[in-house]
Amino acid sequence: MSLYPIFRAVAEQAVLVEFGDAITAQAHRAVLHLDAMLADHPCLGFREATPAFVNLLVRFDPILTDHAAIETDLRRLIARPALQTRAQTQREVQVCYDAELAPDLPEVARRSGLSPEAVIAAHLAGDYTVFLYGFAPGYAYLGGVRAELQLPRKDTALRDVPAGSVIIAGAQCIVTTLMMPTGWWIIGRSPTAILQDDPARPFLFDVGDAVQFRRISRAEFEAAR
Amino acid sequence: MSAHLRITAAGPLVSVQDAGRFGFARFGVTASGPMDRLAYRAANAALGNRLDAAAIEVSLGGLRLDCLAGPISLAVAGAGFIVETDQAFGSWQVLTLAAGQSLTLRRGPWGSWCYLAVAGELKAPLWLGSHATHGSSGKGGGLVTAGMDLQIESPRVVGPDRALPCPVFARPRHRLHVTLGPQDRCFAPETLQAFLSSPFSLTAAGNRMGVRLAGPDIAPNVALTMPSEPIARGSVQVAGDGVATLLLADHQTTGGYPKIATVLDCDLDAAAQLRPHDAIGFTALTPAEAVARARLYAASTESYLAALAAAVTPLSS
Repeated sequence: MSLYPIFRAVAEQAVLVEFGDAITAQAHRAVLHLDAMLADHPCLGFREATPAFVNLLVRFDPILTDHAAIETDLRRLIARPALQTRAQTQREVQVCYDAELAPDLPEVARRSGLSPEAVIAAHLAGDYTVFLYGFAPGYAYLGGVRAELQLPRKDTALRDVPAGSVIIAGAQCIVTTLMMPTGWWIIGRSPTAILQDDPARPFLFDVGDAVQFRRISRAEFEAAR
Repeated sequence: MSAHLRITAAGPLVSVQDAGRFGFARFGVTASGPMDRLAYRAANAALGNRLDAAAIEVSLGGLRLDCLAGPISLAVAGAGFIVETDQAFGSWQVLTLAAGQSLTLRRGPWGSWCYLAVAGELKAPLWLGSHATHGSSGKGGGLVTAGMDLQIESPRVVGPDRALPCPVFARPRHRLHVTLGPQDRCFAPETLQAFLSSPFSLTAAGNRMGVRLAGPDIAPNVALTMPSEPIARGSVQVAGDGVATLLLADHQTTGGYPKIATVLDCDLDAAAQLRPHDAIGFTALTPAEAVARARLYAASTESYLAALAAAVTPLSS
C-alpha cells in the first residue's frame, strides 16, 4: 500500500495533503483530482484549496471542523472516481523572440549546444501544462520545457525584468505578469495578458490547462501590446 | 453627501485594507488584509460598520490628515498609538472630525499597527472583489500617501467621543503557539528542540510579507530540493542559511523552503503588534489543542466585538 496520501497539520486552520515528494505526473494528477472533487463537493468547513506540484493545501474553518474530521472527508473524496475526465482546455500564448526582447537567447543556445533558431523551435515544440500558480499574481508555472532546453537557473537574479517576459529554468516556463527580479533565462516577450481585466475571468489559465506558444514578429508584438 | 479627508503626511506601508482577498491563492494572489485583523475589526465594530469594511492600516510611520468636508466619526484601534485632534487621545478611541479639523496618528508606547475606520463608505479601488492592498503589485485599495484625498460616501456621526476597551488579547504576544511542520522532518531532532526551547527575537528586516527572526541556527539537515508548495500565513520558513522567517499577511503563495512550524492563525494578530528586537518563543501544540485554542479565541473576540457594536448609538446619517 502506498505511503501517500500523507496529511500534515498546518496550524489550526489547514491541512497539507501530499501525494509524493518528487514531481511526477501521477502525483500531480492526484492533486488535480482532489482539487476538482473539492470544487464539486466542498466538505463541511472547507475554505480554500491551493494546488501545487505534488500537494494541495486545504484551508478550513476550525470552528466548523478539525484536522481529523477533514482528513476523513478528504480521504472519501480522494477515493471517489472522477465521473468524467475533464477535457484539457487549450490556451495559446503569443511570443516574440526578437533579440532585444530575448536577452538570454544567445546564452541558452550556447549552453544547450543549439543555434538560437533551434532553441526557438524547441521552445515552440514543448507541450506545456499549467502545474500551479505561485510567487506572484498570475505567475503560472508551465511544465513541459523540452529536455534540451532544461538549464539550472542563473547564479544571480536580474532586477526589473519587464512584465510579459517569457522565462525558463529546468522543466518550467513562466510568462511574467509584473516587473520583477528573476534568475531564470529570458528567451522572449509575450503581449498575451495572463492577468485579464475581466472580473468574471481574471486569469487566463486554470491549473491543468494545456498551453501552446505561437511565434509572432516584432511588428505583431508591438501591435498587440 | 460625502466627507473628504486630505492626507497631509503618511509613513511607508500605510494602506487601504479590508478583511482580505480570499479564494485566489490558486492564482498566486495572497489574501493580504490587515496585519492585526482583530484591531481592524474592532475599529469597524466601534462605528457600527460591517466588520469587513475598508479601513486604513497605519504603520509606525504614522498618518496626518485634514478634514475638508464633514462631520464624520472615525475609530482608531490597535496598538498604543498617539492620536491627536484638538485634544490628545490614545488608540482605541471613537472621535468625530468636523471640516477644518486635523487628525494625527503617531507611534506611541507599544505596538506596530493601528487601524483608522470611517463611519461611512471609504471609496477605494477594488481588485478581485476586495479593497485590500496587495503588497507586491499595489493592486486593490492601494497605498495611502501624502496629497491624496479620501472620499467617504454616506458619512455618519455615531455619538459622543468614547474610549474603547483594549482587551488583553490585543496586546503583543511574545509566546507563540505552533504546530510543528509541515516539514519538521527536514530538521534534526536537536534542531527541533532548539527551535522550541531557545529565545528568538524579531529583526528589523520585516514588512507585511514577513519578518526575519534572530536566534539559534536552525538549518535544515536535507538538501533544498523539495518542489514548491503552497504556504499558509504563519509559516516559519527556514532558508538554507538557518535563518527563520515568520510569514505574514502579504506572504508569497508558494515556496520551496522547508517550514519547521506554523504559528496558529489566532496568535498572529497579537504577534503582528511586536516590534523589532522584541523577544519571542515557540510552544508546540497538537492539532487538536490548536483547534481548541482557536475556538476559545474566536469566542472571546466575537463577544468583545459584539459588545463594541452594541454600544454604538447613531446620531445622524
